[in-house]
Order: sequence, then structure tokens, then C-alpha cells
Amino acid sequence: MRALRFNAVTSPLLGALWMVVLSTTIAVIMSFATGAAFRPHLLFALFWGGIIGWTIGHRLGDFWGEVMGTIALAILIVMGFGPLSIGTETGWFPSAFAAIALSTAFTYSVHVILDDLPHGALNRHEFERAVIRFLTGFGYIFFSAIVLIPFYVMVMTSFKNQAELMQNPLDFSIDLSKGAALFRSYDELFTQFNFGTYLFNSFFISVLTVIITLAFAIPGAYAVARLRFQGRALFSRSILLIYMVPMIVLALPIYIAFSTTGLRNTFSGIVMIYPVTTIPVALYMLQGYFRGLPAEVEEAGLMDGLSRLAVIWKITLPLSLPALASVSLYVFMIAWNEFLLAFMLLDDPSKFTLTRGIASLNSSEIPRQHLMAGSVIATVPIMALFLGLERFMTKGLTAGSVKG
Amino acid sequence: MSELSPPTGTGPLAKREARLAWGLLLPTLTAVALVILLPLIAIFWISFKPVELADLRAPEVVLREDIRGDDDAVGDEAVIRYRLRNSSQDQPIAGVTFADTLPLGLNVQEVDPRCILDDRALRCDLGDWDPGTRETITLPVIIEQAYLDGGLRPQDSPASTTGTSSNVLTNATFTLDNFKRLFSGDEFFEVLWVTLFYTVFGTIGALVVGLFAALLLNKSFRGQGILRGLYLFPYVAPVIAVAFAWLILFDPFSGSANALLVQMGVTPQAINFFGERPLALIMVTIFEIWRYFPLSFLFILARMQSIDSDMYEAADMDGASPFQQFWYLSVPQLLGILSVLFLLRFIWTFNKFDDIFLLTGGNAGTRTLTVNVYEQAFAVSNIGAGAAVAVVIFACLLTFSVFFLKYISQEEGL
Repeated sequence: MRALRFNAVTSPLLGALWMVVLSTTIAVIMSFATGAAFRPHLLFALFWGGIIGWTIGHRLGDFWGEVMGTIALAILIVMGFGPLSIGTETGWFPSAFAAIALSTAFTYSVHVILDDLPHGALNRHEFERAVIRFLTGFGYIFFSAIVLIPFYVMVMTSFKNQAELMQNPLDFSIDLSKGAALFRSYDELFTQFNFGTYLFNSFFISVLTVIITLAFAIPGAYAVARLRFQGRALFSRSILLIYMVPMIVLALPIYIAFSTTGLRNTFSGIVMIYPVTTIPVALYMLQGYFRGLPAEVEEAGLMDGLSRLAVIWKITLPLSLPALASVSLYVFMIAWNEFLLAFMLLDDPSKFTLTRGIASLNSSEIPRQHLMAGSVIATVPIMALFLGLERFMTKGLTAGSVKG
Repeated sequence: MSELSPPTGTGPLAKREARLAWGLLLPTLTAVALVILLPLIAIFWISFKPVELADLRAPEVVLREDIRGDDDAVGDEAVIRYRLRNSSQDQPIAGVTFADTLPLGLNVQEVDPRCILDDRALRCDLGDWDPGTRETITLPVIIEQAYLDGGLRPQDSPASTTGTSSNVLTNATFTLDNFKRLFSGDEFFEVLWVTLFYTVFGTIGALVVGLFAALLLNKSFRGQGILRGLYLFPYVAPVIAVAFAWLILFDPFSGSANALLVQMGVTPQAINFFGERPLALIMVTIFEIWRYFPLSFLFILARMQSIDSDMYEAADMDGASPFQQFWYLSVPQLLGILSVLFLLRFIWTFNKFDDIFLLTGGNAGTRTLTVNVYEQAFAVSNIGAGAAVAVVIFACLLTFSVFFLKYISQEEGL
């Protein structure tokens, strides 16, 4: 480590590594956007990255010097000696765009990473600051890539057709001239595959689940949080334990019981089961929140002659609206995303939920853009809800649940 | 001198409070008992029974009733025919009887010796039936005017049947075969190993990746909220959608990931990510990490933001470098949340079913215990064997829970 702490070593090293990261990123972005052949050239990336890192780390040029260097790098890329090699059949516009994007992004970010390194030996602080800036940049790229790529592929695949997908799996460019035909698979899902019904079923079941869960969890959570009775500690422990029982262990007996009583393939069966899987979560989240509310307000209510139930209704609940919102959201999400029970208990296509409906699309006869369009249909509502109410959601998640 | 101490025992007020508490808890307790405890007891019961998927349908007497011959005019001769059979090919039914009410205006000529006709009520006692028995009972009749006036045909009044069959789910047959078969093969230990690999690496991976993500976002800047929302996507999206997206992304024939790797020269030919040992197991573990890092990220970030920033300023003054600050200040403060997250995630990853089931269906060396429950019960149709695996899972879970409860008490408020 100590040997690395000289500007003459640190700056070319970080520059070279950063060039590898950036050229790979640009190559992946350009490939996914155009389907053309872009690949990072490892040796050239290390070489040019090292040289530029060294010059910027030692501040050998002024602003205009860096601009000239950027232009030179772009020209090198187009000529084929740069850190990014571009297939010969690629058009001039994507090539030029990639070259300029890479060289500008690189010069700018390396400037940010290395700019304040002093000449000569570095102390630990200065060295680690540069390394952390490098790692931070890498982190943003890495996390954004791993999160976005699967969703990007999901959405773009749903706009394609089988022939286009087979021809070049990398080409996700959208042919806007097709107009409304782009949405063909969505249209077919709704007109031929009953997705309107599934969407409605999922929504209906999830809302019912939220209502039933709250009806059970609110009194229970209040009792655990506020009232003194024997076995309280044991009870709040048991909630957590129950919350950890795996669904697959319960699913078999439930399947048997539902098969023999005729509850399979019914909404009532599903609506009986879903809330019970969410009640422990809701109970746990809510009791934590109730416990945090000032007890004095409630005691004042009791003094004024309200009964306990009236106190819950008139004081506790209005105070805990944010918690109720986040619990509802979380329960809605669990019910909306539930797959296993819907898969085991529903066989009748008119009663499918969205997740069950998508599972039925997974066959070799149905083209996969339909499968992806179905996935988009299931993902978009929950994402919209989530992004719109993100503050509640993150609070709800950290408030007492890591169920997955 | 008498000692001063708070009053002991429960007063009327405390009793009333306890009564109210149990009243409030009663609905929840009932629901949980019905849907969680009852199935848990049931799974132990089933695991000692030789139950197959086909046994779920109890054998029953199937009856078809029709009238043959002319029944259009007075004096026509016709035959009422009852065809009965045992719906099961391998289970007997004891004490089969059936009863029916004949329509008005049928002059019955002859009654089967096993049956009694009392006015219009017909009752037949058919005794015990072997598996697959079929019987036909015929009743020759002459049509009278009242039959034509009434407009009712014999099949319009439903006949009722009774018969008891021994149901394997409720009878007293118990066997250890399910467990014997489970533990005898090498397969079980492979399943156990796969489960442990998936659980240990999935859990640690999700924690480490989550920690990095939290470090990245542990400062306020514009767009921090957007990035935080973005990084939660994998967790919020329905598992079925993201699992299929991964399958399509990593498809060996037309997946973009393969196309990209080939183009970049990383691999000369396409890789079958989800179809080869041991790659499939690594891929499902990576999927698990990808899908659940948001949770650890969220919890770790919440804890990081509650750490007092004065400490870091003091450390800065004393010349501690950023990595030193992380190692000597942040990590000790985060150990509590990390250990709890580890235990919780460990248990939940151990219990995970959907992800692997959707990605590989348990093929290519990715069969975990939970997938094995499904395989045994539905693919092999041996519900008893599936239940035995479920019992093993439950036993593991109880062991983990003991650890968990020991630690959770130190980290309350999670």
C-alpha cells in the first residue's frame, strides 16, 4: 500500500482502472442502445487511461490542454487505437457519439478524481480520498447497471417481435415508425389473454387483503403495545416466530384442505389465506409504531371518560395515519407480488391473479415478448405506487420488516 | 418495621385491562391458529402417512340414472336403470346404499331383491364394494296417466348415495417410510448442501452488497432520493417478473447477456447460465443477492444515518483516514444491525422457494429443501414425502429461531 502512495503511481493507476470501467460501461450502453459491435480494448484502455491519469494528476495542462487531450482521445477511438473498439459496420453517428461520450466523460471524471492530488508523496488521507472517489464512481455505475439492465431488457423485449429478437439479441433500438404496433403484445394480452381480468383480480384481492389485515392487526398491535397482560412478552416473540414460518411448509396442508373442501379456485380461499400471511408483519410494524406514540395523550382521553376502544378510534388511529399508510402499502405489495399460493391454488383462468397469469404465459407456444409485456404490466402499477409514496414505503420497510 | 413495596397481585383494573387485551387479540389468534398452527400440525401428521396426490380424492359412489324404452303413452313399458360404480380403482367402499324417489304414475313390475320400495321411495342396500366395482340395478315399470301429467322423469329427482371409505389422511395408518426414503439416498445430502451454499452465500452477498450501496448513498446530494428508490426496484418488483427477465437476459440462444459477452470476446460461445452445474447454483445465488441487497441496504443506511456525525469530525481532527474511520468507527456501530440482518436473512433465504422454482425449477443442481418439498409433492405426486421434507425444514427453522431470539433481544426495535 505504501508503495502506491505517490502521485506518480496513484494517478496513472487510478486513471488506467477508471478507463477500463468507463470504456466497458460505454461499450455496454452503446451495444444495448444500438445493437452494433462495441467492445472495450483492454490494453489500449490501460495505456491511455494511465497516460491521461498521469498528466491530469500532475496538472500538466490547463483547461484548454485538457480539451485538446479529449479531442485527441476521441480521434484515437475513431481511428481504432483507442480504449473502445468499434465494429467496422457501425454507422458514423453512433461511432462518433461513443468516441466523444467516452473521452469527455473520462477527462471530466478523472479530473474530479485526481485533481487535488499533491505532487510527490501522498499522505494516507489524500490517497484514500482519491481511491474513495474512484470507488464511488464505480459504485454508481455498478449499482445503476445491475438494477437497470434487467428492467430495461424487460421493457424493450416487450416492444419487439420474435424475429427481431432472434436476429440480434442486443438490438434494443425502438423502431418508432411502427407506431401503435409497438404495443401489439400488450394489446394481445388484454384482448386475447384476459389480462384485464387478471389485473382486476389482483387489484381486488390485494385491496381486500389490506383491509382484512388492518382489521385484525390494529386491535392486536394495540393490545401488545399498550395493554398489560400476562404473556405479553411471549406473544410479541411469537409474532416474530410465526412471521418466519416458510410458506412452502404451510402450502401443502392448505392445498390439501382446500382441495377437499372445494375452496381451491375460489377468491374466498385466496382472501382467507393472504391476510394471514401478512397479519404478523402488520402486527409487528404497527405495535412498534404504537409503542412510540406518547401514552399521555391516550391517558388524557381515558381521564376524560372515553372508553379504551373510543381512545383507539379517536386518538391512536388518527395519530398513526402515516404508519397505517406504510403498512397498507407494504401489505398491498406482498399480496400483489404473491406467487406461490396463487400458483398452487388457482387453476381456473377466469380467477387468475396477475402473477398466476404471467406464469401461464411461460410456455414454448407463447412468444416471449408476451411474457415480458405481462411482467411489465405486473411491475408498473406497484412501481408507480412505490415511487409515488417512496417515503412511506422505505419507512415502512425499516419499521419492522425484512420479509422476502 | 414493615417493608415498603409496590402492591402485588392483580387488581380489578388490571384484570379488566387484561380481558380487553385478550379480547383484542382473539381474532388474530384465531386466524393464526387456523391458518398457521393447524397446517403445521397437519404437516407433521401427513409426514407419517403414505399419501399420494391421487389419494386426496376420497373414493365415492358414482351414480347415473336414466329411463330406457318408451315413456310417451299410457301402458308403455320402460326400464329405469341405475348404473353405479366405485370411482376408485384401488380402494374399497363399505356399506354402499342409495335412495331415490320415483315420480308419480309409474307401476313398478319387479323390485331388485336388494332393494325395498315403500310407496314411491326406493332404498337399496348394496353391501361392501371392492375397488372398481360396477353395478346396474333395473326397475321395469309401466307408464300411467299420472306420469305423463306430472312431467317429471326419474332422473329429475336426484338419487342420494352413501358409503364409507377409509381415507388415508384420517385413518390410523402411520409409517416412517417417508423419512426413511428421504434420508436413505445421497440425494438428500446434495439437497442439503445446495441449500446451505445458497443460504450462506446469498445472505452474506446481500449484506456486503447492501453495505456498499449504503456507503454510496450515505451523504445528501441532489437525486439521492431517486437513487435510493431506484436501488429498491429489485425488491419491490414482483418476483415472477424479475425472474423471467433474468431468464430472458441470460438465455443461452437469444439472450442479450450472451450476445454481449461473445461480442466483447469474453467467451467464444454462448453460456447456458441457468442450465449447467455448477453455474446454475451460482446464478441463482447471484439472483438472490441482487433481489435482496436493497433490504440490507435500507436497514444499514437507516442505521448509518443515526450515527452521530460529531464522532467523525473528531476523528478527522485526529487525522484518521477515511478507511480508518470506516473500520474503527462505522463497522463497530453497524455490527448490531449486521448480525440481526444476517440471522433474519439467513432464515428467510433458507425458506425461499419462488426464486429458484421460477429460475431453474430445481434443475441443474439447484434443488434446495423448499424446492424439494414441491418436487416430491407435485412432480412425484408423493405428498407424504413432501411433508417429510417440510418437517425437516421446520426443524431447521426452529434451531435458527433459538439463535435468533437470543440476538434479537439485544437489537430491539427492528
